[in-house]
Amino acid sequence: MSLFGAACVLAGAFFFIAGTVGLLRFGDTLSRVHALTKADNLGLGLIVLGLLPFAGSLAEAIKLLLIWALVLLGGTTAAQLVASAVRRDQDPPQ
Amino acid sequence: MTAWLLDLPLALGLFGAGAATLAARSLFGAVLGFISTGLIATLVWVRLEAPDVALTEAVIGAAATSVIILYVASRIGAGPVPPAPPAIALRLLAAILSALVAGLLAFAIFSLPAPAPSLAGAVLEMIGPTGLGNPVTAVLMAHRALDTLLESAVLVFAVFVIWSMAPERRWGRAPGPAFVAEPHGPLAFLARVLPPIGIVIGIYIAWVGADAPGGKFQGGAVLAAMWVLPWIAGLTAPPRISDMRLRLAIAAGPLVFLIVGLAGFALAGGFLAYPPGLAKSLILLIETAMTLSVAAALACMIAGPPERRAQP
Repeated sequence: MSLFGAACVLAGAFFFIAGTVGLLRFGDTLSRVHALTKADNLGLGLIVLGLLPFAGSLAEAIKLLLIWALVLLGGTTAAQLVASAVRRDQDPPQ
Repeated sequence: MTAWLLDLPLALGLFGAGAATLAARSLFGAVLGFISTGLIATLVWVRLEAPDVALTEAVIGAAATSVIILYVASRIGAGPVPPAPPAIALRLLAAILSALVAGLLAFAIFSLPAPAPSLAGAVLEMIGPTGLGNPVTAVLMAHRALDTLLESAVLVFAVFVIWSMAPERRWGRAPGPAFVAEPHGPLAFLARVLPPIGIVIGIYIAWVGADAPGGKFQGGAVLAAMWVLPWIAGLTAPPRISDMRLRLAIAAGPLVFLIVGLAGFALAGGFLAYPPGLAKSLILLIETAMTLSVAAALACMIAGPPERRAQP
């Protein structure tokens, strides 16, 4: 079980690193948003999944899942807002 | 030993974020540096096993203050930092002063005796009569209640100062600018989905402060965010600053605190003294009123002085 947890957390950390590299290297804002949200959703999801076996109680496990759900909600909204701001700044497509 | 793997990057990151804030070429960059500094400082407090401070740093230092500064920066304009820096002598003086303060602090910390002097034992010994389980709350609400009372009054004055920035003709109107509503946009969606969850979390953090890390400032800040979100999304309008209910909500905390403190003269023989047996209930009463006040005051600080034109 702890092996499973460690594997998940490591995979999650990999997605965060990949997301950060994408954020720094990608050329345009939309690609950067894409890289960032991937890291948030998948990376944090995997880390939460990996930590679940170590949760001391059911309440703690539910709190972990709630944190992931809230970050998903916040991250998604922020990504949508950034993307719509980009669209507003660019000339409207003819 | 492996703790260094975590602590060293955190310490270096804190310095780096601070330096990035100072060296930022644009206003926006400086604000982002400030937010990063607050977030890393939060993690540092967690590593120092001070979760109460970490929570406060997160909600006040990294979140609420950042929103205010970010908003101000976007109002001033995204231009570069003013091209004329202060005179070299002034900067040199500031640098010397900063180095002196940092050096003295470092000297003080390194010259502490091996087991650092601490009042934690005395606090834990005297925690019984308060009925609290969190020593930090016991210090804030019982042992050093006067400091907390003054702190709570500061919030009211801060709102006064912000409101007094309003031009004469807009006095009494709703605080903040008018936000354009986008009823089907992502922000409106968040403003509908998040508050039910956030309000529960805010009340929980304030409530759990009696026995665990948390409290009125942290919980109140979360509640303020949940109140401001629908304003920014344009779903609801904030109350007018002439609204007595809003004013009462802002003043409730210090008011209740002061009344309980004065009642201490009659009931327990001193200002801010709690009668034995009633301490926990009175502290809860004050904390509840303070949570309301912190939420209302922070929401008004984030919104700013009244700006919008005449209401429809």
